[in-house]
Amino acid sequence: MSILTALARAEAVESGRAQPLTTVRHTHVAERPLVLVPLSLAGEAAAPLAAIVGTDPGEPRLLVVANPRDRTQRFDFVAELARVVLSYVDGCARSVDTGAGGTKLRYAEAPQVIVPNRGGVEFVRLLGRSTRFRRPFGPYPVHRTVPILGQWLTFLRERADHPGSSMLLAMTSVLSEHWATGQSGLEDANLAALLGWIDPPGDLDGAGAAALAEDPLRSPPAGPSTDPTFDNEILAPALAAVARSIDDFARERALAALTAAVADQMRPTWDLTWQAVRLLRTRPAGASVETRWAMDRDVFTMYHMALAEGTALPQPRRDSAVAAAGRLDRLEREQARYDAQRALDDPLVMAEFRLSGEAFTGTVVAASPNRVDTSGKKAALRPHITVQTDDPVRLEPGAHLVSPARLAQQATVVSVSSVDVVLELSKGMGRSTKQPAPGSVPEVGDRVTYGPVTDAYQPPGRFPSRDDTPWTHGGPPPVIEYHASDNDAVEDWS
Amino acid sequence: MSGVIESILSDFGSAAGRGVVVDSPPGAGKSTLVVRAARTLAEAGERLMVVAQTNEQVDDLIDRLATAAPNLAIGRLSASTYVPAQRVVKHGTVTVSGAVSDMNASAVTIGTAAKWATVTDGSWERAIVDEAYQMRSDMLLRVAGRFSRALFVGDPGQLDPFSVVAVERWAGLSWDPMQSAVAVLLRHNPDLPVHRLPVSWRLPPSAASVVSAAFYPFTPFEAGTKPADRRLEFSARALGGDHGLDATLETARRTGWALHELPARHTVRTDREAVAAIADLVTRLLQRGPVAYSEHAPDGRPVTVDRVAVGAAHRDQVAAIRQALAGTVAADVTVDTANRLQGREYDVTVILHPLSGRRDASAFHLEAGRLCVLASRHRHACVVVARAGIAELLDTHPSAEPVHLNVPVRFPDGWEANQAMLAHLSGDH
Amino acid sequence: MDPLVDRLDRIRGTVAPRNHNARTIAALTSNPGCGRRGLMDAAGVNKGAVAGQLGFPAGFGQSRFAIARGNAFEAQVKADGAAELLQLLRDRLGLAIPEVAYDDLSNVGGNASREVRYARTKALLARAASERDDAGTLFDHPMLRLEIAGYYAYLEPDLIAFRAGGKFHVVEIKSFAVIDGQADPGKTAAAATQSAVYVMAMRELLAELGHPPESVSHDVVLVCPENFANRPTATLVDVRKQLTVLRRQLSRLTRLESILDALPAGLSFDLAYDSDQQATRPADELRKAVSTIDARYSPDCLGTCEMAFFCRDESAGSTSALGRSVRDDLGGVESIGTVLGLARGTLTPGAGQEEIAGLLRFAHKLRTECLDGIG
Ligand code: SF4
Repeated sequence: MSILTALARAEAVESGRAQPLTTVRHTHVAERPLVLVPLSLAGEAAAPLAAIVGTDPGEPRLLVVANPRDRTQRFDFVAELARVVLSYVDGCARSVDTGAGGTKLRYAEAPQVIVPNRGGVEFVRLLGRSTRFRRPFGPYPVHRTVPILGQWLTFLRERADHPGSSMLLAMTSVLSEHWATGQSGLEDANLAALLGWIDPPGDLDGAGAAALAEDPLRSPPAGPSTDPTFDNEILAPALAAVARSIDDFARERALAALTAAVADQMRPTWDLTWQAVRLLRTRPAGASVETRWAMDRDVFTMYHMALAEGTALPQPRRDSAVAAAGRLDRLEREQARYDAQRALDDPLVMAEFRLSGEAFTGTVVAASPNRVDTSGKKAALRPHITVQTDDPVRLEPGAHLVSPARLAQQATVVSVSSVDVVLELSKGMGRSTKQPAPGSVPEVGDRVTYGPVTDAYQPPGRFPSRDDTPWTHGGPPPVIEYHASDNDAVEDWS
Repeated sequence: MSGVIESILSDFGSAAGRGVVVDSPPGAGKSTLVVRAARTLAEAGERLMVVAQTNEQVDDLIDRLATAAPNLAIGRLSASTYVPAQRVVKHGTVTVSGAVSDMNASAVTIGTAAKWATVTDGSWERAIVDEAYQMRSDMLLRVAGRFSRALFVGDPGQLDPFSVVAVERWAGLSWDPMQSAVAVLLRHNPDLPVHRLPVSWRLPPSAASVVSAAFYPFTPFEAGTKPADRRLEFSARALGGDHGLDATLETARRTGWALHELPARHTVRTDREAVAAIADLVTRLLQRGPVAYSEHAPDGRPVTVDRVAVGAAHRDQVAAIRQALAGTVAADVTVDTANRLQGREYDVTVILHPLSGRRDASAFHLEAGRLCVLASRHRHACVVVARAGIAELLDTHPSAEPVHLNVPVRFPDGWEANQAMLAHLSGDH
Repeated sequence: MDPLVDRLDRIRGTVAPRNHNARTIAALTSNPGCGRRGLMDAAGVNKGAVAGQLGFPAGFGQSRFAIARGNAFEAQVKADGAAELLQLLRDRLGLAIPEVAYDDLSNVGGNASREVRYARTKALLARAASERDDAGTLFDHPMLRLEIAGYYAYLEPDLIAFRAGGKFHVVEIKSFAVIDGQADPGKTAAAATQSAVYVMAMRELLAELGHPPESVSHDVVLVCPENFANRPTATLVDVRKQLTVLRRQLSRLTRLESILDALPAGLSFDLAYDSDQQATRPADELRKAVSTIDARYSPDCLGTCEMAFFCRDESAGSTSALGRSVRDDLGGVESIGTVLGLARGTLTPGAGQEEIAGLLRFAHKLRTECLDGIG
């Protein structure tokens, strides 16, 4: 949180509407995302009760477990969910991106699964964990798609940890990154309330819409946890009625009642999630969104092909020492890059750095584009520019900066006074050592921004192989990689 | 001291264990130990690798080692962007290179962990890992393949390493990559001997007892000097100017500590008045011509700009203080965050209390290691600048820390350490 | 009678003080800066009922599925003299527990009062503590007590205490799952604090018998279902930090004088129940009474205090309502109106507000500049 965000929240309170925190959208919104609204049974680790899923807002697919504590019924549910999810995933692998240069194959699409909130992401993790070790044979066999679904859910959940990835999105998180509401971050975790501030229904204002959203009778919670009152007064009798039913007819009726009750709970969230998708689409995408989505597609392509070829890496319960360190290295590099790209794509994100004096915007008042530095072994083109700015700059000589308009060019602070900053430029000026390429050096009168971030590629760290795990970290882990065993079948979810 | 070092060296020299851990409280002679150990092993004909965490630390170490053992061939492993420091190149025995293959003649090869992590071949029987508590365990994983046994030296009371990504995925794993190198090492090798350097040669008696009680509650240490060994005097008398400043400086001079309290107020982080107070205190201090008398300089040594430091929690605070000092006599005083002051030593420090002006304390502000680093850099005196009201802030702090299974509880607790420090600062000395 | 207790009794009114349990005692640590809550808790006021009467009923319901699941799991762990639990303690925690006796303390014949059950717990624990070897006894449903601001709170844990290595251990049974060694950190934290309440109460009991505090281990045994099965797993949880926090908060409760002194003499939260158990206290009057005590609302209250909806409503327009960190970032500026006034330059900064005003004006300029032309 920062003063800029705090101010935006204050503005939201006053205006009764959420205020933008960005000028562009930093999250990719797929043409055909899969929305998944799950519900689980209270008190259980991951016993699904129901889900609405689908790629068309007008065609929600409703899946309900008539007896969530019954193993067979639960796995019937999972198999049905698998059918929807896997056909969606495979659909994304149907066409190849012809625009991608090089030899690398890349699918034109990648799955984008959208759940309402962070709880939905956790549901995906738990459902993935509880299904990927299952087997279609042995004790308690499951449909063959169940473990495959588990692998995909686990894959998606892991992608959600990667900064800038858009393959599994919690809608509340995406919205909160883009808008500040007049309530607290904690309250923003309620999708209906959050969306009430951003896009209130009818002639309500944000606060009014949020208040309505907090009433579980009028806006059921977005799951996966259900409202306790609903559990006690509606769900429990409905489940009991199914269990009690003595014949098919009674069972049909009881099932229909249960399904209707559950649908009532989920339908508003389904609609809200799609409303949010439409809303996000109205915002222009940031310049780097496509690059990051291409990365998602690359990762998807590789995993999809590896699964098909049977060469996919196992998804153990916990990371080994080497895997954990390698993953952390990657996440840290992606985080740095994502933060940098957002600032470079979006002046309002860069404004955070201007507020703290680490970046500034101003007008070029002097430029010596042909300045050559002869102090080194080789003479080098090192233009100087002087930028006049009102920003309260807190930079020191020697600091390296980048301008969003000239990403390949490095600027080094030469001096800072109360009114201007002198910068020395290097790189990104063409081949000549005497004259910069036209337009590559800002000219007098240009309005420029310089900030402390760069999205330059950072090479990955080097790690020992798993078999070379050093003694400091327990030595090489046992050779048997985790495989599904009969024990997993016994895990019965309740 | 030498007794402890002997037993550490004998443990490390013995063929039995794979490693030895040495916990060293602030200023307890860690560098002396590292230099001694490096010399002893090198002189016994062993090729040694030394891992430090920052270029600064590597250069310091080389300077000390080359001075102590002028005939020892030392290799300085470095990245291509490294500009050799004067204190390194002045020793003719040091080879600076980016490739280990150039180090074959070096008895001791020293580099940062990040640089060692890029080395793919060669192996050393023994290594010394310096500032091992500052090192993250994933970094240890990357370098540990190069050595068979190692001496890990560091200060457990300092700041834990951190990460910009917040995932809970590894919480509870014995090899959690976000934990410190020593934490992970000891979880996998619980039988390694752990030694403690029991005496701080930096902190004066006035500080050793306080810092020990607040930040090392289960592993106390003492000052190596007597109160009479350390003395701070001002050679210029206080004439005119701000009385409050002089009173604070006088308290610090006399007792080794001073709390310079500003009126209670919730402020933004870069509290202008607190920044101004720090600038005033530092310039006033230098104007007063401070002279430090100690076991090293019984006849006194002037406390010059390079012997004074200012510490703060946040980078923007550091920037604001530097700006305030620019153009004053104190322009060249070191101003830095706790993170970057780790391992450094000065005669006098002035610190901005991490909780000053806060209405609500975050875990960041409460972290024990942060205050510990700030409050343990000085040989003579430490002035703490803070808004009044920290006691109330601590009192009303809600405790809602999440608990992860199988993650050892870290002591001291930040809340308690802060409470203990504050009680001392605001009490009578 | 203690004048403090007397005063608190009058504030609470005609009803009996609300019975504390480990959960409510643990909740005392969630917002120690709030005088309103401190006073209401010390006086044993039923905050939920007060909030309801004020027109802001709290929504802390519990699903019957969750309750049923919790009960079933506990019963399973304790079945057959806690056979499964013992196996776990031996295998997973490596505790050397000899053959054990199992004492169910809930059954002391007839409908025993809490005092009687407490006395029996005490007698049995006294005997166990004085035996030289580990008594090897499991105590189910012991009754403990803690003094909370002059009253004894009786704690009826579903806990089992056993002695190993000369120390008593507290066992906490929870039905949230531990999956691949990890559990929900929020739920684990709550369980740890509640267990710490039991450790504390047991230490007090044993202290009365002349045993040192270390005779109760600060490592509690957390028993939860493992992965997706019903099988229990046990993990040791170190609750030393929680114990410190609790000790601090409980001692604060008795330091209420400063709050009480500032209150009008006749202050009362009595809900004036009529013979049909209907509260008849007029809401305005109650609101006035509640408002005389300063609160310290933050959105975290929504998860921890029954008064939260009322206090949130009361803090509308204040930066506190936007979150602790927002308030802190704003350098303590209290009202949202002031924030906006300072940002737009329509308000002259008060003493000490110059710096935040400067930042807010700059922030306002930045937002306007960047959002110009963007809808
Ligand atoms: S909800 Fe109100 S009474 Fe309860 S802790 Fe928060 S501010 Fe205090």
